[in-house]
Amino acid sequence: MDKILVGLKRVVDYNVRVRIKADGTGVETDGVKMSINPFDEIALEEALRIKERGDATEVIVVSIGSSEAQQQLRTGLAMGADRAILIKANQPTSALSRARALLAIVNRESPGLVILGKQAIDNDNSQTGPMLAALWNRPQATFASKLELDANKARVVREVDVGLETIEIDLPAVITTDLRLNEPRYVKLPDIMKAKKKPLEEIPLEDLGVATAPALEEVHFAPPAERQKGVMVDDVAGLIAALKAKGQL
Amino acid sequence: MSKVLIIAEHDGQSLNQSTAKTVACAAEIPGASIDVLVLADSATAVAGEAARLDSVNRVLTVENAANANPLAAVLAPQVVALAAGYSHVFGPTTTFGKDLMPRVAALLGVNQISDVMAVVDSHTFKRPIYAGNVVLTVRAPQGPLVVATVRMASYQPVAGNNQAAIEKADCAAEIPSHTRYVDLKSGSTDRPDLQTAAKVVSGGRALASAENFKIIFELADKLGAGVGASRAAVDAGYVPNEMQVGQTGKIIAPDLYLAIGISGAIQHLTGIKDAGTIVAINKDAEAPIFEVADIGLVGDLFRIVPELTAALK
Repeated sequence: MDKILVGLKRVVDYNVRVRIKADGTGVETDGVKMSINPFDEIALEEALRIKERGDATEVIVVSIGSSEAQQQLRTGLAMGADRAILIKANQPTSALSRARALLAIVNRESPGLVILGKQAIDNDNSQTGPMLAALWNRPQATFASKLELDANKARVVREVDVGLETIEIDLPAVITTDLRLNEPRYVKLPDIMKAKKKPLEEIPLEDLGVATAPALEEVHFAPPAERQKGVMVDDVAGLIAALKAKGQL
Repeated sequence: MSKVLIIAEHDGQSLNQSTAKTVACAAEIPGASIDVLVLADSATAVAGEAARLDSVNRVLTVENAANANPLAAVLAPQVVALAAGYSHVFGPTTTFGKDLMPRVAALLGVNQISDVMAVVDSHTFKRPIYAGNVVLTVRAPQGPLVVATVRMASYQPVAGNNQAAIEKADCAAEIPSHTRYVDLKSGSTDRPDLQTAAKVVSGGRALASAENFKIIFELADKLGAGVGASRAAVDAGYVPNEMQVGQTGKIIAPDLYLAIGISGAIQHLTGIKDAGTIVAINKDAEAPIFEVADIGLVGDLFRIVPELTAALK
């Protein structure tokens, strides 16, 4: 195939313990470490491996958000993507709006594969991949842990609740990645320098002419209920006694 | 009045318990009338089970050989064709629902509310974000359909004392052939299912090998428990992926959860925070799992676990 399109979302780094703003209107992101959504790194790694095998000629990374998402796109270019597209949106976008924006890029670039993370670890929505596939009227293979390409088809092993399901899909298609698909490479310093010269195109979201979906209103952000700290026991006898006291044995 | 259409999850023979939990969530919507849609090759057995679920008004069936396996691209257009006249379309937050429902939402032109943990009113819901570290209250716009998935750990299945009507539905959706089912490899076991078990024993990286997991299975069998694992144990290949508990694996809420050799990364804690009693056994007294454990025991799991299994005899 010619092109593979990969989505990269800028999210709060997964090691950060998020803090809710005092007025409950959102999550504190000022001065917080931001990274590529880990599942999107897996998506990019898979695209790069397909290209390195000679099964694709170009890997394009795309992000939707503020100018700051350039950082994550540059990291994607340093990993090995050929060029980047930033769909510039100054306001937060809903999952459906993102899927519609990605569809506009898909229609322009005609990729053979779109690879996205199965979920973003900030809002844990797990929606964009299937939404894009629906709007594009193409197959989806979500939660992929193995991907084999064969001419105009792909065979995908999916991590489902009861085990591993294999499906066959016609290309082009949307794949969403699960954890065991691959282990993303580390970025090397010379590649970071090289990435600065690679093309990064900015397109205002408005210029894509996509209809804005009716957004969900985020009413309030609150901490979850805390669990009470429990008791420590010294040995197995103490453990069994404590379990009996709780009626668990 | 709210009219809710719930998409049944099943394996062709029996109804998944996720459906009864999804009904429980929908029943929290004031004055809701709930229909369950069974898309199947042959729907009789599954529809019969769905009709017994309390709070269900009607079971709709669509029988089609293409529905023999749950492919989102095949099922979504059928759901959309039958969604007319409903105010809500709900599915479970399982891999079945996470695959299907966003495809349905996009075709209906609405955003989805993922992972509903509480109903505030017909259009307002609570859901976890940031690996469950934040609870977001979110409101869907009035007018368009509300498409949502229901967080399994937040609901108990409704009882089965009902006799709802079962009706065949006419479905004129165009079904694509671009997506084909090949096979399913399931680590089928006689143990209780991880997602519905009352007791779960999980092992982590400290087990150090697939062979060593034997002591986890032996303890689980003694307790009649399901078996889970941390991401580290699955990544290391000790156990298969369907056993992973956590933000990106299964979110579970057993009455009793034993975390053995699991340090308690925040992504793992997300998967168990609704458990009744959490027991932690770990050699590191500083492990974060002890911050959420109801009962903690510091020590060598290779000594403690066999001793516990023997003591339960």
